[in-house]
Formats: sequence, structure tokens, C-alpha cells
Amino acid sequence: MMLHMEGVHAHYGHIHALRGVDVTVQVGEIVTLIGANGAGKSTLMMSLFGKPGASSGRIVFDGEDITRVPSHLISRRGIAIVPEGRRIFPRMTVMENLLMGTAFADPANFNADIKRVYAMFPILEERAAQRAGTLSGGEQQMLAIGRALMSRPKLLLLDEPSLGLAPIYIKRIFQIIRELNTEHGMTVLLVEQNAHHALRVAHRGYVLQHGEIVLAGSGQELLASPEVRAAYLEGGH
Amino acid sequence: MSAVIIARHGRTPAERFKDAAWVAFVALLLGIPMVGLTTVDEGGALTVQTRFGMLGIFVGVSFAGRFVFRWIMDQVRGRRAAKPAVAKLDRTPLAIKTIGWAVLGASIALPIMFSENRYVIDTATTVLIYVMLGWGLNVVVGLAGLLDLGYVAFYAVGAYTYALLFSHFGWTFWEALPVAGAMAATFGILLGYPILRLRGDYLAIVTLGFGEIIRVILVNWTELSNGPNGIGSIPRPTLLGLPFERNPAEGTQSFASFFGLDFSGMHRIIFLYYLILVLALLTNVFVSRLRKLPVGRAWEALREDEIACKAMGMNVTNVKLSAFAIGAMLGGFAGVFFAARQGFISPESFTFTESATILAIVVLGGMGSQLGVVLAALVLVLLPELGRNFSEYRMLMFGTAMVLIMVWKPSGLLASREPTIRLNKALAMDNKAAGLGGQA
Repeated sequence: MMLHMEGVHAHYGHIHALRGVDVTVQVGEIVTLIGANGAGKSTLMMSLFGKPGASSGRIVFDGEDITRVPSHLISRRGIAIVPEGRRIFPRMTVMENLLMGTAFADPANFNADIKRVYAMFPILEERAAQRAGTLSGGEQQMLAIGRALMSRPKLLLLDEPSLGLAPIYIKRIFQIIRELNTEHGMTVLLVEQNAHHALRVAHRGYVLQHGEIVLAGSGQELLASPEVRAAYLEGGH
Repeated sequence: MSAVIIARHGRTPAERFKDAAWVAFVALLLGIPMVGLTTVDEGGALTVQTRFGMLGIFVGVSFAGRFVFRWIMDQVRGRRAAKPAVAKLDRTPLAIKTIGWAVLGASIALPIMFSENRYVIDTATTVLIYVMLGWGLNVVVGLAGLLDLGYVAFYAVGAYTYALLFSHFGWTFWEALPVAGAMAATFGILLGYPILRLRGDYLAIVTLGFGEIIRVILVNWTELSNGPNGIGSIPRPTLLGLPFERNPAEGTQSFASFFGLDFSGMHRIIFLYYLILVLALLTNVFVSRLRKLPVGRAWEALREDEIACKAMGMNVTNVKLSAFAIGAMLGGFAGVFFAARQGFISPESFTFTESATILAIVVLGGMGSQLGVVLAALVLVLLPELGRNFSEYRMLMFGTAMVLIMVWKPSGLLASREPTIRLNKALAMDNKAAGLGGQA
């Protein structure tokens, strides 16, 4: 088991954002969390990183309890995140952005890793010396994914990777997620509002509502479920 | 005032005329109280007199000036627009490098060219102190993006550390230098710790307060700092133990007697100049090297996006504190030099105006640019000096220059950022590793 969250509660001040969430991610899986705005999807991801920390419950990653581990140490254990809104470093070059991803990785892997990222995203190699802020939104998203991969994560978290992208890039991003999983065996936890795309690419999914998991199942099951169709698919986009 | 806009392309004469007329109108409005009316002392009573002739000239000059200025700017812009846009993307740093080396050459040659002109060398020394302070503050503001309005506090800590170490324990300049740097760095961490969670305006306010706290302590803690009277007779630095004195103490040698030269007061001035030049250059090399190390990249990443930094697994606390500590240490070194050069320090020298000047140098130079700091320090120190002939209009001129720079170069004189790693280097590394079989 790669990740196991057990009865996790989290608060933002008085707001009870997560109310006893159980989520499991197995090695080699793509798991998606879908839900409306404010359902607690991003909070769940943030809680994994300890901000806000789980007020009760347990988070186990790769066999170790990380519930109380400080935020900056969690990513060093092999969880990489592609944050919501990409959050690349705009004034730094593409190359420097990729280097930031390796801050705590073994330098011996650098050449192999950058080759892998460049092979996956040839545009990044072309633009390596260019300021990251001058890339298009889709290219920035690729850079954010590339940056996360540079740390050789065991688990990749993607927070709304399709947000604000042109349809053609949305398609490409989900294609990339699938490739990462099938070709590189990457375990992925995907938070998405774009339920349709997310459920099609995921092995399993969870539906989050008001900080609670209301439905869980395989991607296909959820796609076919009438509740999900009514709430997130039909008329949703 | 929508008529006064910056045109991107050439305008028709009618448009230029309208634009200039607007400016003349504004000049008229401003000019009536400022130029058109004046008070005259007539037999002890103040009376108001009108100066419409002068006002007319003022408005006329504004009109003509704006007209010509607009025309020249259109020409310049037209020429700039004609250049292909691609050239800008692939900017070569060659021009900047050339200017850098030229400035360095000029600063080494300066005392030789002006070996008898104390005023020139003194002014150049002042410029270099500000350059060094600018480079130090650049770490905090330019690289790490933490707005620090109290930088002068660390300058003061460095200066007072040397002054006190000398007056209590008789330490020399060279002995006190590292201790003062460490002391300033400690204060940097002390300041950094409580304000780790602040950003932007809030950070600026607290650092401003810190700068004032240090000054107020120095004024009031008379037993330690001798209060507003300051500390005097601080010894000048020596060259490997050789003092710059006419009559060295019995049994010792001075610089002049050791080298068999006739004593001259200029020796010391020139020595101080070269000393601060070396200190400033060391600062520059130190900061440039740090920038290319992971810690330097972490500072810049912090400036760009703090949340992304945390997601990358960086300990933001340590990154911030290291920026504060290193910036403060460099300020402390500059402070020691300042104390040694002046021979006398008092809290008067460490007011907020100093912090503001140093910050202005960093911002005007283009945040994070090393050469930009040099150019901005030259402008900010030399302008008031050159303006001495204009007596009371000096600050007006200074202000005008600042406004002009901000109009033309809103992000600083040298705003372009030099990447810390270049593509060809990375590829070379890559190929080398591939040759060694660095596959995983």
C-alpha cells in the first residue's frame, strides 16, 4: 500500500474541512478525487503535507506514519506535488525550474532524470533557457509536472492539472498522466473538477462532498453511477 | 489626463501639439502658486507679488520641452520597434559583461588618475560603500524578495561592534572585521526569526521598526554606546600592520617609512579606497557564487513563489534566515569599514534615510542585478554631489532624475535577470555523464 488515510479530520480555524476521510492508494494505481468546489479536495491534499495538519486520524505513506511529520520533510520521503495553478517560478528559466525539483534528490540521478523529462516533454528541452513565465499555460503545466518528476517521487499528486487550460492541452495532460502510469509505473493521486476526464483515466475514484467521502469505486463504476452523472457529469461541462 | 500617454508609434504633429498643450496647462496650474506668486519682504511686512512674465516663461518652456521630448521619444521608439523582436529573447550578456569590466577597470585606475585629488577619491570611496551595501541588501531584497527597510541596522551593528571592541579591548580593524560580520549575522537571524511569516508590506513595516529600534537603543543606552555623542578616535586600518601615520610609535614603521616614501596624507585615502574596492569585489564574488549554488536558487525560488518552494520540500524558514543572515553580515562588514574610515561614529549616521537610499539603489539598479547596483549607486551618490552648484535646487534635480529613471526603466536600470545555469553548460554536463555511462 502506497498511501493510506484513515479517519482524517482537518480544520481551517473553525471550519471543519475534512470529516473523517478514508482514502487508499495502491502501488501503480491512478486514484482520483472528484467533487464540487469547496468539497475538500484540495484540503485533503494539503493535509497530506501537514498544512492544515490532520486534527485526528492517521496518514500512512509507504509503511510509515507521516501524520506529524513537518511539511518540508514529507516531500523528501517521495511525495511530489503538482500544485493547483501550476506555481512554476516565472522569472527563472525552464532549466532552473527543473533544478528546483531536484533540491533534495540524489545528484547522481540528475542526467537520467532530465533526459526522461525531456523525452516526455520535448518542448521543455527546446525552451530550457527561456523564462518559465513566458511559456503558455499548457507548457507551464508540463513544466510543473516535469519539475515534480525530477525528484523521483514514489507518489505523484496532481491538483487540478486541467484548470484553466485550452481543451487541446487538457486532453494532452490526461494522456500524459496515463503514460506516466503505464510506461513509468508512477502511482498518481489526482484531484480534479473535470470529473469526466479524471474518471476515464483513473483506476479508482472517490467522490468528496462537504468533507466526506460519499462514493467510492472504480473509474468505470463511478462514470456509470447515476449520482455522479447527475451531480458532476451532465450539464457540468 | 488621458491625453498625456506614452505613444507607441509616431504621432501626427496635431497630436503632439495637443499633448504638449496639455502639459503646458498642467504647468500653468502648478506654476501659478509656485512661480506666479512670490512673497517679498517690504519694510518688515510680507507682501505677495505676481510674476506673470516668469510664469509665462515656465509654461512656454514646459510646452516646448514636452513637444521636443515627445518627438525624440517617438524617434527612439520607432527605431526600437524596427528591430526584430527575437533579438530580445536571446539576449546576449556580452554588453553587460563589457560594461562590468569597463567599470572595474575604471575603478582600479581611478586613484592613479586622481592621485592628488582628495575630493574625487573620497567621493568614490563613498560610492563603493554604497555599492557594497547595495550588494548586501540585494541578497535579501533582490534575490530572496524580502523587503527590508531597516538594513541600516546591520550597518550600525557592524560599525559599533568594531568601535566597542576597539575602545574596550583595543582590537584592530582586521581582528574586529570577522567578529563584526558574525555579530551582524546574528542580529539578522534575531530579526528574521519573529518575522518569518510576514510578507510584503507587513515585512517592510517590521524591518523599518527594527532599524529604528537599533538606532534608538544606540542613542539611549549611554553606558554602552556613549549615546548621541558617539564614539571617536577609532583607529584606521593598517596594511599588514603598517599604519598610515606621519610619526609612527617608537620602534615601529609606518607605510611611508617602510617603503621609503615621503609621507603623504593621500596614501591613507588611496589605501582606504582600494580596501573598500577589494571588500566590495569580494562581496560581489561571494554573492554571485552563492547565487549559482542551491541556496541561491532557493532564495530566488522563494521570491517567485513561497508555496511552490514548500511543495518542493524546501525548509522555507532556513532559506529566509540564511538570506537575512548573509545580507546582514555583508552590511556588518561595510559598517566596520565605515567606522574605520570616519574614525567617529554616532547614531546620526544610521538613520532611516540611509536604509531608504540603499533600498533605492537596489530597486533602481534592477532587483537582483549586480551591475545595476553599481550604476544606481553612482547615480544616487554622484547626483547630489554634482548638484552642489545648484544649492537649494539640488534635491529637486535629484527627484527629477529618480522620476525619469522610473518612467524609462520602471523595473530598474538593468532589469534582465542572468540565468544561473546555461543551456550549453547543462548539455555539456549531460554528454559527459552519458560518456561515463551515467544511465539509470
